[in-house]
Amino acid sequence: MQKTLSIEELKDICRDVRADIVRMTAEAGSGHPGGSLSSVELLVPLYFSVLNHRPSQPDWPERDRFILSKGHVGPVLYSVMARTGYFPVEELLTFRKMGSRLQGHPSMKALPGLESSSGSLGQGLSIANGLALAARLNGRSFRVYCLMGDGELQEGQVWEAAMTAAHYKLDNVCALVDYNNLQIDGKVEDVKNIAPLSAKWQSFNWHVIEIDGHDLSQVLKAYREAKSQKGKPTVIIAHTIKGKGVSFMENAAEWHGKAPNKAELERALQDIYGEEGPR
Amino acid sequence: MKMKPTRDGYGEGLLELGRTNPDVVVLDADLAKSTRTEWFMKQYPERFFDMGIAEQDMLGTAAGLALGGKIPFVTTYGVFVAGRAWDQIRTTVAYAGLNVKIGGAHGGISVGPDGATHQALEEIALMRVLPGMTLIIPADAVEAKKATIAAAGINGPCYLRFAREATPVFTREEDPFVIGKANTLREGSDVTIIACGPILYEALLAGERLQEKGIEARVINMHTVKPLDEEAILKAASETGAIVTAEEHQIMGGLGGAVAEVLVKHKPVPVEMVGINDTFGESGTPEELAEKYGLRARDIMQAAERVLGRKK
Ligand SMILES: Cc1ncc(C[n+]2csc(CCOP(=O)(O)OP(=O)(O)O)c2C)c(N)n1
Ligand SMILES: [Mg+2]
Repeated sequence: MQKTLSIEELKDICRDVRADIVRMTAEAGSGHPGGSLSSVELLVPLYFSVLNHRPSQPDWPERDRFILSKGHVGPVLYSVMARTGYFPVEELLTFRKMGSRLQGHPSMKALPGLESSSGSLGQGLSIANGLALAARLNGRSFRVYCLMGDGELQEGQVWEAAMTAAHYKLDNVCALVDYNNLQIDGKVEDVKNIAPLSAKWQSFNWHVIEIDGHDLSQVLKAYREAKSQKGKPTVIIAHTIKGKGVSFMENAAEWHGKAPNKAELERALQDIYGEEGPR
Repeated sequence: MKMKPTRDGYGEGLLELGRTNPDVVVLDADLAKSTRTEWFMKQYPERFFDMGIAEQDMLGTAAGLALGGKIPFVTTYGVFVAGRAWDQIRTTVAYAGLNVKIGGAHGGISVGPDGATHQALEEIALMRVLPGMTLIIPADAVEAKKATIAAAGINGPCYLRFAREATPVFTREEDPFVIGKANTLREGSDVTIIACGPILYEALLAGERLQEKGIEARVINMHTVKPLDEEAILKAASETGAIVTAEEHQIMGGLGGAVAEVLVKHKPVPVEMVGINDTFGESGTPEELAEKYGLRARDIMQAAERVLGRKK
């Protein structure tokens, strides 16, 4: 079980995770900082306070599962995994390099603790449903979480899976949508609008919780509410800011898949930690 | 040597088509910048459709546009179009023989650090098997532009494969480009290297190094993998008696397989195949990956020496 961390402690961890994200992408010279930074407050409480898991025993059968559907944000997942003890934090800087366990997009065969391989958008929720059905069949009580991007919701498979989860009343499934309103070609509403989003999920028979995805107490509350839902899957629609925490990356489409250079990395770390620097 | 990615040739070809052919429309799936369709979008916004991250929908929409008399060029990374939308390409587009052009960007392992999920290594196999599909893999940016324009000139489905990395521009503006007709880049009588895509430059380097060893290698640019120029293959087999194929793709079902199918039927000569050997890629720099997966001039040269050893 997890020890209870205060909001202040979680905030400190979020800063470290943000720093990891910009360091990893800067060191690799490529990667996806924008959508990694927008998901920090979703994954930090999940890995540090919500998931029932054992980082030292990644194949523990009773563990809750996290499926990263938007596989391009490996940096945020690798960081929370390292910082919860799945592997050494130093290994983060091997990201995207030849021979690394931290592949450019997650490979579950390369790194224990990853529950799926991803990088082709729109496929994760189906996997989560399958795991949830297996849990039911095997009489296990683990929960399955799945993180998707808002642009990713344009994939038809997401809505096929949305129907599946509701049809089979998979209340052990909790979907997370990082609603940062940006994809590669621009604003989601300009490329191909997904709104009204809450109404869509509701009409697909999901329990919908809409929150500020950077407010840790709202995020924690949403996870609790999702867990108490019976007979329906839950989706947490998290309104976020792409590039959150790094001033020049915030709400800027060009930082979707671009690495900071040395000077930009320094500025980013300043933004994250302020003048006093890391703890 | 000038370096330029083949995807740039696609972008330029689309621009030219935009100017010369009002029926040409372009669709992309949230990758307009990296596939270079953004250039067309800026010039001809009313003929550009961003379909969002919805490749299957994009293929179906293109089918409808083709039925309505347009010439759609659908574009995204090769893995997501040839893979994700394969059934739509097969049944909706190819079965009906619709005039849909498919631009598959980021073909090959040279995509680099994004890793296996983004390195398309199967499109030749996936597209080659579809009846009526034309399949073109340009060797450099100049040829890519010609191929794009030529694709609009034929009626029926056509897949064009492009690469991310800047690679040598070694074909010339004045070189002919005819779909289905291979170009001989280097004459030789001892062995023939048949290749497609940017790896052709490595094949040419291999040809030069073989010459230093007294081996005369013919090098053929098989830019069209379907319909395949069987005549050029059989002529090379008769005249040189040994074949090496080279491609940045799975050997199984790829150019090597296609060439071998022709040879076993009509003119069995020894063949060696250079390409990806039944494995997924991984993250790394394009150079590291070419080295590890054996896609260098050296690897082609060694294959030529092996095949010469088997030649009777
Ligand atoms: C099937 C598929 N199509 C296209 C891509 C290329 N791609 C990678 S990330 C991305 C945009 C994702 O936008 P969004 O889901 O909003 O993610 P976020 O903003 O959280 O980064 C695209 C189009 C892909 N990885 N998979
Ligand atoms: Mg987004």
